[in-house]
Amino acid sequence: MAVVESRERSPLTRLQHLLHAQATIGPAVVLLVAVVVFAVLSERFLTPGNISLILQQVAVVGTLAVGQTIVILTAGIDLSCGAIMVLTSIVMAKVAAETGLPGLPALLLGFVVGTLCGVLNGVLVTRLKLPPFIVTLGTLNVFFALNLWYSGSATIRGTDMPSLLLWTGQTFTVFGTRVTYGSVMLVLLVGAMAFVLKNTAWGRHVYATGDDVEAARLSGIRTTRVLLSVYATAGLIYALAAWTLIGRIASASPQAGQTDNLDSITAVVIGGTSLFGGRGAVVGSLIGALIVGVFRNGLALAGVDVLWQTMAVGVLIIVAVSLDQWIRKVRS
Amino acid sequence: MTAVLRASGLVKRYGRVTALAGSDLELLPGEILAVIGDNGAGKSSLIKALSGAVVPDEGEIFLDGEPVSFSTPLDARRAGIETVHQSLAVAPSLDIAANLFLGRERRRKGVLGSVFRMLDRAGMREEARRQLDALGIMTIQHPGQAVETLSGGQRQAVAVARAAAFGSRVVILDEPTAALGVRESRAVLDLVLQVRERGLPVILISHNMPHVFEVADRIHIQRLGRRIAVVDPAQVSMSDAVAIMTGALEPPG
Repeated sequence: MAVVESRERSPLTRLQHLLHAQATIGPAVVLLVAVVVFAVLSERFLTPGNISLILQQVAVVGTLAVGQTIVILTAGIDLSCGAIMVLTSIVMAKVAAETGLPGLPALLLGFVVGTLCGVLNGVLVTRLKLPPFIVTLGTLNVFFALNLWYSGSATIRGTDMPSLLLWTGQTFTVFGTRVTYGSVMLVLLVGAMAFVLKNTAWGRHVYATGDDVEAARLSGIRTTRVLLSVYATAGLIYALAAWTLIGRIASASPQAGQTDNLDSITAVVIGGTSLFGGRGAVVGSLIGALIVGVFRNGLALAGVDVLWQTMAVGVLIIVAVSLDQWIRKVRS
Repeated sequence: MTAVLRASGLVKRYGRVTALAGSDLELLPGEILAVIGDNGAGKSSLIKALSGAVVPDEGEIFLDGEPVSFSTPLDARRAGIETVHQSLAVAPSLDIAANLFLGRERRRKGVLGSVFRMLDRAGMREEARRQLDALGIMTIQHPGQAVETLSGGQRQAVAVARAAAFGSRVVILDEPTAALGVRESRAVLDLVLQVRERGLPVILISHNMPHVFEVADRIHIQRLGRRIAVVDPAQVSMSDAVAIMTGALEPPG
């Protein structure tokens, strides 16, 4: 009984199938080409100091993008990630600075706050069945207001905090390049999340829920539980980003990271994860964040005005989403 | 011969609308029972009650003579009743093996499975391959292929294979050929016959009379929320069955 017949494929169709099977190939090639081009354009680009700078610039948004990725894989979106991060950073820093709480409990308290913020998003999405865009647009404002209220709009200086909170900004040197612990944490986080998404039942259920929530439910997946756990985990990851943020700016500022929510979405989309859910990979989001970092840095070194850097990022987003639409049309 | 699955006096009301008005059903071991009926005759409600998707207001369901009650689709599945819904319930971006095991993944043995929660991918692929081969779906290249790269008929085959692989008592197929072309329908009907050959009884809901008359052992005719007749496709013509279904002909006996 023949159910399948194979057909001749054109090179273009083959490329479509390749990209379909391996969504991160596209972004990886773009990153590689960008690095080569900028290295040719400016001899300062590949210097250890500059690489170190790019890694530091990417660490915060990259970490947010990991949480953003799992939310987007479920066909959701999280506009509140930056606000959760800033609120969490303020809680960690202010509690430690004012009450003299040691670094570890302050950090853990921050993780709890981040997770709770995520749980709130998850509850609103699953119980009230509101669209994630609206829920997180609302909580973005709620969390930002809480952040301004609790901080009194004042920055907490790094010198008033326990050193553990600033640890993510400290560096060690490999091959003459200074690397922050925050960047290392990002790489480990991406590795761990990639493993979980690929190798556990939970990971598969995340993809299946994003693909078609009703089909997932009929297949016996508790989709409400999956969504709740995704938003909660994302909240915890944003708290990790808060830790990295404190290290990066050596303080906790209620005004920090104002555009980081959109930047994290940009990284996820450029990294090949589909906004329609069910397709993508967390490694792609790291590459996406690096692409944005490399473009901005490389264009700046080449003496290009900031406004053109922004335009380049905009064009990348449009190209990435168009590519995703094309890949989705794959048929045997 | 005792029925594998028997329902008696099932009633389901939605507000003022009565979808099931005391419907019966009897599925015998190893048979293909087709369920036909006009739109609104209560086919879907009947099947939903049997598969746990809705809870009937009145009536009883017996599985191998034992009374059972399902409040979720998972309950019915645990009892050995697998349903292929019209909407298919597959995750297109996952591969065939992942879809076969969706919602009941197997983990690796030892620490990798218990602590790191690692899936037994190789084992599941191998089992998927075995299931597809056993049903004669040889031509699906490999179980690692994403379901969205498959045609409608192939997806249907994956959904039927999943039901056949895990259904231990009954397989229910809701309009499996509705969206398919002639050749694909053919392949899926062959698959239905394969499932029966394995000894699993099948309930087949279909609008397509030629398909029903080709594979069914008995035909359950549903009308106005009740079973009004069970006919033998060898004894009754297609046009008579349709006439009974629409009320133009009195049911025999």
